[in-house]
Amino acid sequence: MNQQVLSITLFVLFVAATIGITYWASKNTRTAADYYAGGRSFSGVQNGLAIGGDYMSAASFLGIAGLIALYGYDGFLYSIGFLVAWLVALLLVAELMRNSGKFTMADVLAFRMSPLPVRTAAGVSTITVSIFYLLAQMVGAGALVGLLFGIQGEAAKAGTIVVVGLLMIVYVVFGGMKGTTWVQIVKAVLLMGGAGLITLLVLARYGFNLSALMGTAAEQSGQGDAFLQPGLRYGTEEQGLAGKLDLISLGLALVLGTAGLPHILIRFYTVPTAKEARKSVNWGIGIIGVFYLLTLVLGFGAAALVGSDVIREENAAGNTAAPQLARAAGELIFGELGGTILLAIIAAVAFATILAVVAGLTLASSSSFAHDLYAHVFKRGQVTERQEMVVARIAAFVIGIASIGLGILAQGLNVAFLVALAFAVAASGNLPAILYSLFWKRFNTAGAVSAIYGGLASAVLLVIFSPVGSGKPTSLFPNADFAWFPLENPGIVSIPLGFLCGYLGTILSKESNSTKFAEIEVRSLTGAGAEKATTH
Amino acid sequence: MTTRHHESTIYEQIQESPRFQELRRKFRSWTFPMTVAFLAWYLLYVVLSGFARDFMSAKLFGNINVALIFGLLQFVSTFLIAWAYSRHAAKKLDPIADELRHEVEEKNS
Repeated sequence: MNQQVLSITLFVLFVAATIGITYWASKNTRTAADYYAGGRSFSGVQNGLAIGGDYMSAASFLGIAGLIALYGYDGFLYSIGFLVAWLVALLLVAELMRNSGKFTMADVLAFRMSPLPVRTAAGVSTITVSIFYLLAQMVGAGALVGLLFGIQGEAAKAGTIVVVGLLMIVYVVFGGMKGTTWVQIVKAVLLMGGAGLITLLVLARYGFNLSALMGTAAEQSGQGDAFLQPGLRYGTEEQGLAGKLDLISLGLALVLGTAGLPHILIRFYTVPTAKEARKSVNWGIGIIGVFYLLTLVLGFGAAALVGSDVIREENAAGNTAAPQLARAAGELIFGELGGTILLAIIAAVAFATILAVVAGLTLASSSSFAHDLYAHVFKRGQVTERQEMVVARIAAFVIGIASIGLGILAQGLNVAFLVALAFAVAASGNLPAILYSLFWKRFNTAGAVSAIYGGLASAVLLVIFSPVGSGKPTSLFPNADFAWFPLENPGIVSIPLGFLCGYLGTILSKESNSTKFAEIEVRSLTGAGAEKATTH
Repeated sequence: MTTRHHESTIYEQIQESPRFQELRRKFRSWTFPMTVAFLAWYLLYVVLSGFARDFMSAKLFGNINVALIFGLLQFVSTFLIAWAYSRHAAKKLDPIADELRHEVEEKNS
C-alpha cells in the first residue's frame, strides 16, 4: 500500500467531516454571539478539548517531539513553560474575563477606559500577535508537505499553503466560533489518540521502563548522558551567560504569554458561565499536560528507535521526528504495513493540527478587527449586529488570503522564532493590560495604551535588533549585521517594561473611574450582568 | 464620569458591602500568593536548568536524573494547584459569588 495515498485519503476524510460540521455550524450561526462565541453554549469539557485543540499546534506536536529527539532534555524543558502557563489563565484570567467581557480581549480592557484608543491598541496587538503565530504555522505547513505526503518542490509547498489557507477561511467564514470549536475538538481527540497510540507502542518496546528508553535514546543520540541533561539546545556552555539568560527570558515569555494570547482568551467566552470556564481550563490543563508527557516519550522514542542523525538528515529542525517514529514503531510491531499505516495516520493528524490552530488564529484576529476596530473605532458603535458579522467574515477572508500570500513569500525565511515572539508580545503587552484592568482600581486609558504599545514595541524591536534579526547565518537577514541586543528572546526585558509602561502611563494621567471599576470588579468576581448563553 | 457627590451605583454598594469584601479577600488571598509561588517554583526550575547543571545531572536511579524528576514535579504541581484552586473556588468563592449575583440581579430588575 502506498503511504502517500493513505495519508491523503485520511486527510480528505478529516476535511470532509470538518466541512460537514462547518455546514451544520453555519446553519446554526445567526447572532453575533453565535459567530464570535459559539452562542456561549459549549460545555466545560467540550471547550476544554477545544482549548487543547487550539493550543497544541504543529509547533508543539512536531516541534517539541523533534527538539527532544535532537537535543534531548531541553525539548522537555521547553514544553513545561507551555503547561505551567495555564495556571496564570486559571487563577487570574479565565473566569474574570468570562464574567466581564463579551467577544474580544478589548471588551475587558475598554470597560472603564476611553474606548477608542484602548480598542485600537488592543486590536492592533491582537492582529499582530495572531498574524505572527499564523505565519509560523503556514510556513510550517509548507515545509511539512514534502516530508509527510512525499510531494516535493516549491510549487507543492505553495500549493499546500493555499489549501490550508482556503480550508481555514471556509471554517471561519462559514462556521464562525461554532465550526472552529468543533474542528478543534475533533483535532484534539485525533491528536491525543495518535500520540497516545505511538507512545504505547514505544513504551511496550522498552517494557514500560522509562529509564531503559532514556538510556537507549542517550546512546543512539551520540551525546551520551548529556542528552538527558539540560544544556544541549538552550544556554549551551559555548553561549555563556547570554545563552543562560536567554533560556530564562524564553521561560518567562512562555509562562506569562499564554494568558495574553487573543485566540486563547476568546475561548473563555464560548461557555455559559465562569464555572464552566474554570472547568474548561481544568480539562485543558489535563489534556495539555498529558500531551506533553506523551511528547516526552515520543521525542526520546524517536531518538532511540530512529536515531538523531537519521532525523537530522530528513529535517534539520527535527520536525519529522514524530512521523519517522510512527513508521519505525509501526514496523517494529506490525511489520511494514503497520509502519505505513501509522505514518499515514500521523501525517494526516499533523495537518489536522495545523488547520485547527490556524482557524482559531484567523477567528481571533478577524473578530477583533470587526468588533474592536470596525464597529467601535471606525463606526463609533453605530453598527448593527448584522453589519458587524458581515465585516467579521470579510475580515476573516482578507486575513486568510493575506496569510496565504505572506506564507508563500516567507517560505524561504527562518520564521520559527515567530511563535516565541507571539508569546513574548502577549506577555509584555496584553497580560499587563489585562491584569491591571481586572485588579488595579487606579488603572486608566493612558496606562492601558502604554502597556500594550510599550510591550508590543519593545518585544518586536528587541527581536529585530537581536541575533534573530541579523548577524548570523540563521538570521532573518543573514547578510546584514545590526544586532546589538544579545538575547534571542526579549521577554526578560520587554515583560517588566510592559508592566512598567502600564504603571507609569497610569500614574502620569489624572483619569480614573472608580464607579466603573466597582462595576467591573463586582461583575468579574460575582458574574452579575455576565453575557448569557444564547438558546435556539 | 465620576463626580464627587453622586448617588452610588448598585455595583458600588455591593463593592463596599462586607460580603463582597470577604469574597475579594478570599479570592485574592488564595490566588495571589499561589501565583507568586508557582511562578517562583517554575523559575527556580528554569534557573537551575541554566546555572546548576551538575545538580540537575545527578542520577537518582537508572538513567533517571534530578532534571527529569524536577520537570515531572512541575507537571504534578500544576495538576495539584489546578485541583486545589477548583476546590477552593467551589467551596469558598462560588457560594458568596452566587449570593451577590442574585442580589445585584434583584436590585437591577
